[in-house]
Amino acid sequence: MKRSRFPLIVTWILLLFFYLPIFVLVLYSFNSSRFGGSWNGWSLHWYRQLYREREIWHALTNSLVVAFSATAVSLVLGTTAAIALHRFSSRLQKFHYTLIYTPLVVPEILMGISLLLFFAALKLELGLFTIFLAHVTFCISYVAMVVLGRLQDFDYAIVEAAQDLGAGWWTTLWRVLLPLLMPGIVAGGLLAFTLSIDDFVITFFVAGPGSTTLPIRIYSMIKHGSPPLINALSSILLLVTFLAVFFSQRLTKEVP
Amino acid sequence: MNTAGKKKVQEWLVTVPSLFWLILLFLIPTLIVFAIAFKPPDLYGGIGAGWTLETLRSLRKADYAIVIWRTLYLSLLTTAACILLATPAGYCLARTDPRWRQILLLLVIIPFWTSFLIRIFAWKTLLHPDGLVKKGMVFLHLVEPETSLLYNAWAVWLVMVYTFLPFAILPIYAAAEKFEFRLLEAAQDLGARRWQSWLYIFLPGIRRGLWTAILVVFIPALGSYVIPDIVGGPGGEMLGNKIAQRVFVDRNLPHASGLSALLILAVLLPLLAVLVLQRKKGEAASLIEEDA
Repeated sequence: MKRSRFPLIVTWILLLFFYLPIFVLVLYSFNSSRFGGSWNGWSLHWYRQLYREREIWHALTNSLVVAFSATAVSLVLGTTAAIALHRFSSRLQKFHYTLIYTPLVVPEILMGISLLLFFAALKLELGLFTIFLAHVTFCISYVAMVVLGRLQDFDYAIVEAAQDLGAGWWTTLWRVLLPLLMPGIVAGGLLAFTLSIDDFVITFFVAGPGSTTLPIRIYSMIKHGSPPLINALSSILLLVTFLAVFFSQRLTKEVP
Repeated sequence: MNTAGKKKVQEWLVTVPSLFWLILLFLIPTLIVFAIAFKPPDLYGGIGAGWTLETLRSLRKADYAIVIWRTLYLSLLTTAACILLATPAGYCLARTDPRWRQILLLLVIIPFWTSFLIRIFAWKTLLHPDGLVKKGMVFLHLVEPETSLLYNAWAVWLVMVYTFLPFAILPIYAAAEKFEFRLLEAAQDLGARRWQSWLYIFLPGIRRGLWTAILVVFIPALGSYVIPDIVGGPGGEMLGNKIAQRVFVDRNLPHASGLSALLILAVLLPLLAVLVLQRKKGEAASLIEEDA
């Protein structure tokens, strides 16, 4: 049978569509011209300028603090949730599953506004702590889904065997369960970290004065700042993403 | 303690942490949105005491009809474009030989990992009057030099398709990968034309993937806020922008929560519709669980 070439052509056009804007952005970050339209020759001017922007470094620090702490907490909550969902099947777990699954489909702006209203009703001061609470809330679901995926071919008999052979629950956890779950936990952690460091919408709603994160900084630069500076910053972030994807591929071999 | 009781304790130990967190910080806040729509605002941008129907009345008075209509049609058009483009792409991915498939799949996933704001900004520079797309289109006499490609509903649509496309490709690919492609050959051997075998064999065969793709594009599209905010301008505003304006511009939280309650209902309707449709066909609710 002769296959249609149409799907292949669409796929190549789509990949062009995906990468052309990113490519142009990176190219223009090396443009010495102040304005996007004309090309004035290669230059690292915007990267040097970027290095001197103190607000960006401050925002990056905030983002890293939130991302590391939110990843750590959501890893614990997401992993226990995945174990619960996989091991038990009761009505409680059905409800639990709905609660884990729904945040994945709810538009970000709804989570942002509902958390803002919640914090406002509690008269909680907005800042890094409220951002952390919000990030853990959406990261739990992603971690739970990734770890749950890894658990599909996990046999609980191994845990029972360990316990029959005299391992306490602590030994079982550290020597049996965690090593087996490690690839899922690493993949879930990487996903949580990326989502946290990249989140803008929810963060924007629950951030207070002085708790600017990197995406919020980028947003205000897009709104008011100079475009070549954002191009340079974006190129660096793209490089970091590509490296992260590359290493996570090598670590896990297989991605969602 | 007996074994059943011990198992119950174990279940609670691993369930309670995430269950408690999500009830406190997801379920209750979502329900609060509905409650605060009936509260008056206070003078300091917070929530006042007592209950009122004033917010709901002002929602009807303010001219939201056009924004709601735009939100609906942009989300529908985005979903349609994503499905039309993602179906051939998913088919192609599923039929490529495994070595190349990994690379292609990675190329589809990478935009999903890159910063959302950066990708929108990239389009803003391209569509800008000095940008490449604008210059190219003027050069080819496709648009007049004075037409603006930015700050209208079509710019919002284009960037939404760009952003949501990977979300549509992945579930369609996942369904196509399980599809038995020999069925297409059989259909064609039996005299079906190529388009007939696609329409009557392939598309029904991957319908779960299609439904998932529709949901994961349509629902977030309804809540779009950053894309219309950056490339939309006043002519491309969506419901999300109105919510943000009530929060950040006039700091009227009850009004914002009234609009959000509307958005929650808009999101729930398609979700319930798909679930009911699936249940009717006897494919009990496994749609989401399988492809998630």
